[in-house]
Amino acid sequence: MLLPEIAESVLAAAKSAGATAADAVVVKGRRLEVGVRCGRLEKISQAEEASLGLRVFVGSQSAVASTSDLRRENLQEFARAAYELARMVAADSYAGLPPLEQLAQDIPDLELYDPEVANVDPQRAQELALRAEASAMDTDSRIVNSEGAECTAHTSDVWYASTAGFSAGYQDSAISVSVVPVGRDSAGMQRDYWYSSARHLALLEPPERIGRTAAERTLRRLNARPVRTCEVPVVFDPETAASLLRHLASAVVGQSIYRGASFLAGRLGDVIAPHFVTVVDDGRLLRGLGSKPFDAEGVATRRTMVVDSGVLRSYLLDAYSARRLGMQSTGNASRSVGSNPFASPTNFVLQAGTTSPEEIVRSLKQGLYVTELIGFGVNLTSGDYSRGAAGLWIENGEFAFPVQEVTVAGNLLEMFASIEAVGSDLVCRRSIASPTVLIGRLTVAGRG
Amino acid sequence: MGVGESQNVAVPVDAREFFFEQLGIQERWLEENVGRALCRRADDADLYFEHRTIESVSLEDGLVKTATRHVQQGVGARVVVGDRVGYAHTDDVSFESVCLASRAAEYIALESGESRSIAVRVERPPHQLYRLKEPPIVVPPQEKVHLLSRVDEVARGFDQRIRNVLASIVVEHKVILIARADGLVVGDVQPLLRMQVTCIAEDRGSRQQGSFGGGGRVEFAFLTEGDRYLTYARKAAEQAVRNLSATDAPAGEMVVVLGPGWPGILLHEAVGHGLEGDFNRKGVSAFAGRLGEVVASPACTVVDDGTIPNRRGSLNVDDEGTPTSRTVLIENGVLRGYLQDRLNARLMGMRPTGNGRRESFAHMPLPRMTNTFLLPGEYTPEEIIRSVQRGLYAAYFGGGQVDITSGKFVFSASEAFLIEDGRLTRPVKGATLIGHGPEVLKRVTMVGNDLQLDEGIGTCGKDGQSVPVGVGLPTVRVDGLTVGGTRPAS
Repeated sequence: MLLPEIAESVLAAAKSAGATAADAVVVKGRRLEVGVRCGRLEKISQAEEASLGLRVFVGSQSAVASTSDLRRENLQEFARAAYELARMVAADSYAGLPPLEQLAQDIPDLELYDPEVANVDPQRAQELALRAEASAMDTDSRIVNSEGAECTAHTSDVWYASTAGFSAGYQDSAISVSVVPVGRDSAGMQRDYWYSSARHLALLEPPERIGRTAAERTLRRLNARPVRTCEVPVVFDPETAASLLRHLASAVVGQSIYRGASFLAGRLGDVIAPHFVTVVDDGRLLRGLGSKPFDAEGVATRRTMVVDSGVLRSYLLDAYSARRLGMQSTGNASRSVGSNPFASPTNFVLQAGTTSPEEIVRSLKQGLYVTELIGFGVNLTSGDYSRGAAGLWIENGEFAFPVQEVTVAGNLLEMFASIEAVGSDLVCRRSIASPTVLIGRLTVAGRG
Repeated sequence: MGVGESQNVAVPVDAREFFFEQLGIQERWLEENVGRALCRRADDADLYFEHRTIESVSLEDGLVKTATRHVQQGVGARVVVGDRVGYAHTDDVSFESVCLASRAAEYIALESGESRSIAVRVERPPHQLYRLKEPPIVVPPQEKVHLLSRVDEVARGFDQRIRNVLASIVVEHKVILIARADGLVVGDVQPLLRMQVTCIAEDRGSRQQGSFGGGGRVEFAFLTEGDRYLTYARKAAEQAVRNLSATDAPAGEMVVVLGPGWPGILLHEAVGHGLEGDFNRKGVSAFAGRLGEVVASPACTVVDDGTIPNRRGSLNVDDEGTPTSRTVLIENGVLRGYLQDRLNARLMGMRPTGNGRRESFAHMPLPRMTNTFLLPGEYTPEEIIRSVQRGLYAAYFGGGQVDITSGKFVFSASEAFLIEDGRLTRPVKGATLIGHGPEVLKRVTMVGNDLQLDEGIGTCGKDGQSVPVGVGLPTVRVDGLTVGGTRPAS
């Protein structure tokens, strides 16, 4: 059966079981993963998968069921079980499909699918990974080992249909190459990584460059040491700054707001950052890694100004959180086949500033330049922030030595408010992206 | 007819019977597929069939408004040659698909021209660690709804500053069948139950949260025994309210006392991952090549034990069919062993330890932990706290992470107190603790006599694969861990 037929069949089955409304997502995907290590093929994984998610409403009761068994003869029983499950739960007056007028009218071609990605076979993927790794290993004799390089290519077909009459789908693809070289110094080993991901094969960074960057990132960590505990300006490189953007995104999605589980709940319209901070969520970015023509409830995706010149302007909402908050969906519904829709960012980007990253570093007498963050020490409810960090120490505007085994800590609300510079070096390497960011003052805990 | 009844019919209780009789899998398929792979010069091959049902019921705003049910099934085919793995999986469990998947997995075997060693068969008696009278999946959702509603009442009743309660019960029922190239065919039925409570407290514009939960491979009645579910509610509420009055955590290196149970995440991050066979075979772990060396104080003996009845991290057999076991990783401070799956054990000339695990049929097995803990010592917890002039007592944690190559690891306290003059004083905000895996256990100067395993909520991520795990710890004193608070010592 084709995806639209499966979706229509399961909706019909849900209705005949007694559902008053329903929507369904069908996803069919192909995935290839190839791993190499030290110049040799290490693993190949290939898969084809298909799954179906159904949400049924019985008045304002609802439930979600999902299955990978898409045979027509089993859809009736599957829909009936979902209906029975919905009748178990309490009514929720906010539950329901999005309003008709918000559904996508046109399905723009966002160039999310590249047939070249579908054509990548194991040999080609292996070649891309081998080239990236070889380039990393050849960069410097201190690169002594490798955790390997990987190339992953996948394509998927998504179809969404609801009893409100919406029925549409789209195809997308993505390919990525990553490599993790290991370097040795007198104290032990260090590793770092680099990667490139894109919707189109032609947009992938050359594997040699990925490898070289990965090696350089590893090399600059050799002979790292802790610093003494201090309070200093902290520069987040684009990779780690993107993690701050991820925290911001998690703090502005509807479910965090109505649950009171966000440090930004109740702050719409407040100044939360300096005037040169603007954050945009754009679901329709051409070839964007987070783009889609409509969201997981059929609502048209769009460009949403989340932070406009420092002012918190909008949350990111799905239909449910919008109703709870007395607002309109922003087309940010996302779901796995087995989950209720929830709000999540699409392409969520801190807009580039005017200062080059070099100037930002040069402007500091002393500070920490962070290149890696580890751990889960982020409390989105309170904004309290404390994570393990590695990077480079800045002394008189220059990198002095590599740093490890320290933490950086503060509070996200204060951190966004005390952004002192946004770099000009924005590259959208992932769906959530940022240029270099300088934060005025954070506690760096280390020795003593 | 209720959902409960229809579920009863659908719940498989015997893996072999389920796959052979209900899904029509035939021994001939297994022989043809894994057998053929071996003819083509492979060292190992297996087929992994899985059928899993996950049901989740959650409460919010005082009402149980969300229920989901997820059923997935599929098969993964693997062919191993030397250190190379070919893997293919499909969610279509038919003879044609199994053949296609097997052939895709053989791709590597066809290409390779190198010599091979012979896979060693491990013979140990299988155990039955979680044979339940009634697996929790058959309990009708209404009973879950009832418990969650009580949790909401009790958490809100704990303190008027509790503004929201999020609680969920997730039940999983997984049936697997592994057919291995050496002829072994083994199945298992793996139930899993978990309850999680999160409370959000608010006071004069300040917001905090607290979380607690528990579970295991247990019957649903586990939650009501001794009113466990209400304890989870109170603990989550207590933590949220206490965090409202918590002051800034200190910053810098200091004496840290870890409470019993869940703080055992220290071992999981500091040494556990670094002792997984794959990282050591490849020489990328900070522990590589250090068997026999002193990596901890003599007070430390760390074990990984997948055979503790009914624990979240326990398994009868791992996902390669190897019976789980108790592996001593560190004995009186000396590094003794690694955690092994079949591939890495074979290449390192060691025995598989029953630690080859995978998230699902869509994933290749990797060496993973089961239940990892430190054996108890001689001190009472009171003696340990009394011995500290100034330090931090960490009672509960969020999560952790490790860079296995540099050995740096972090774990984040979500409930902590200052220790001043041998007594717990003020609560402080959560903070990340950072240390060096191969060094931190050398700084363990006191080990308590109060070993506890965690409540049964742990999930470990590696290479994008999540698996349930357990940890355990007695109270320990660590002389020197960097505490990542915001307040530098004056």
